[in-house]
Amino acid sequence: MSATVLFGLCGALLVGLGVYGLIVQPQPLRKILAFNLLGSGVFLLFGVIARRGAAAGFGGDPVPQALVITGVVVAFAATALAVALLLRLFEVSGTVTLRADDGEGRDA
Amino acid sequence: MLTTTPGGTWLVLALVVPVAGVLLAMILRGRHAERIALVLMPAGLAIAVAIAAGVMATGGPLSYVLGGWAPPLGVALRADALAAAMMLTTALVIGAVGVFARANFATPASASGARASFTFWTLLLAVWGALNAVFLAGDLFTLYVALELLTFAAVPLVCLDGRAETLRAALRYLLFALLGSALYLSGAVILYGMYGTLDIVLLSSLIRAEPATWAAGALMTAGLLAKTALFPLHLWLPPAHAGAPPAASAVLSALVVKGSFFLTVRLWFDVMPGVPGDAGAQLIAVLGAAAILYGSVVALRQARLKLLIAYSTVAQIGYLFLMFPLAFDQGTGQLESGAALSGGLMQAISHATAKAAMFMAAGLMYAGLGHDRIADLRGIARALPVTVIAFGLGGISLIGLPPSGGFLAKWLLLSAAVTTGQWWWAVVMLVGGLLTSGYIFLVLARAMGATDAPLALAGPVARSREWITLALALVSALLGLVALTDLDFLQIGRPVAGLR
Repeated sequence: MSATVLFGLCGALLVGLGVYGLIVQPQPLRKILAFNLLGSGVFLLFGVIARRGAAAGFGGDPVPQALVITGVVVAFAATALAVALLLRLFEVSGTVTLRADDGEGRDA
Repeated sequence: MLTTTPGGTWLVLALVVPVAGVLLAMILRGRHAERIALVLMPAGLAIAVAIAAGVMATGGPLSYVLGGWAPPLGVALRADALAAAMMLTTALVIGAVGVFARANFATPASASGARASFTFWTLLLAVWGALNAVFLAGDLFTLYVALELLTFAAVPLVCLDGRAETLRAALRYLLFALLGSALYLSGAVILYGMYGTLDIVLLSSLIRAEPATWAAGALMTAGLLAKTALFPLHLWLPPAHAGAPPAASAVLSALVVKGSFFLTVRLWFDVMPGVPGDAGAQLIAVLGAAAILYGSVVALRQARLKLLIAYSTVAQIGYLFLMFPLAFDQGTGQLESGAALSGGLMQAISHATAKAAMFMAAGLMYAGLGHDRIADLRGIARALPVTVIAFGLGGISLIGLPPSGGFLAKWLLLSAAVTTGQWWWAVVMLVGGLLTSGYIFLVLARAMGATDAPLALAGPVARSREWITLALALVSALLGLVALTDLDFLQIGRPVAGLR
């Protein structure tokens, strides 16, 4: 098994775990972590694609590497926004559940 | 080789002006955000008009090659007639929402109120800039970044008042959107791995119908549908609208969901017209049909006006996806840009203007009554006649009565359904129209109910807000008159036409 296949399979596994977690886990924090797993899997796929595109003396295709940096920044910003919303929700309601019938979400 | 066309600079301005506004608002803070936004709105409208005029005058797409680096190495901005039409709609709706929101988010003296006002105006500009980026971007990765910007700008609009309920709605929306964008990005990386480019024009000439492309297309489409709130991925939309201020609801429902819809159109019609095939096009329209029926029936059962309009959005989004099988040409096995695409785009534009006006009208009724229970709307038509007329005009466009934009859209889609022999989609559209008229009349009948004594308003309703709502509703109700000109202008600059 070549390195690209191995890392490709790892990436696919991470994506699978991430999607599963995002759909199945009820707690928002776990959903956010699952999104990060999913994102890491996609970024790993970018690395694999870059490696497969190695040519002209380069160890890898530079374009996916450039894209993945942007992708990481976007995913970081998304996580920060999600965590900030979650913290605010905890401050306001004392719970971190997404369902309105738990806690005191019914007040307004 | 793609080069910068005359007038290409307008495309850069369309991105730079809103973003510069956001940055300037961040620096100056406080009460300046509102002024900056209100000054930039006419400027942005002028830029959108200039771009539309440029596309019409040259008869081809405008493009701008950033830094002089042509694709695939560099990044290009491109505006065809679809993009120009959507940009014009966006500038109009954002401008109207801006005038409307001045009463809600006029910068007050108190510190906490000033923060909400600052946030609203900055986010409004950010949504606008992100939408322009979605319409102009020429490659799939820039589109990804634009889509994320749109999400980040739209999510906080949902929870401006900071109540637990709205925070939950915002978080749920964000999680849906993040799943969608991750799926979209994974599809994009597969396409890059297969074809070595993400530029839309280059990709469309290389792309072949094979398993990896199907997988990429399915991933990207599923991701985009989650962001567009197409049934059954609509779960985030009604709660997001329930607690958002009316101006934010208008932007979300009218424009933000159209951003990811526009990207779906780019993907299916421009990048991979021959890949989905008849089966894919029928499948996506089945979801659209389910959205129309489910959304309309649930809308009929709502007790609150705002939620009725939100579920109506779920239904109207369904119409947008009926165009895919209607645009499918059995002969070439491709999605063709023709009357069905024009109909779909017209539906997007007329829904954007009508729905924004209806959310604004609902906001005014709420301000006047202190509640938005449909059962207790009696007398509001006497107290706020202009608002109720605006709501009715918006409803006319949703139902599809002439001469509204909705009429033209549904007429184009219906005739495409008849000429391609796909009568079942025509049936769905007609049933949907009937259900739509049901929930519109339900509201109007209540609002026009007679009262013994004139209604005492719970709060003041500014005349200017009523008139801007009416103006936007009138745009939607008269949009069908563009059929008197040549509708083919929507086909100008379709990037794949010459390459196939």
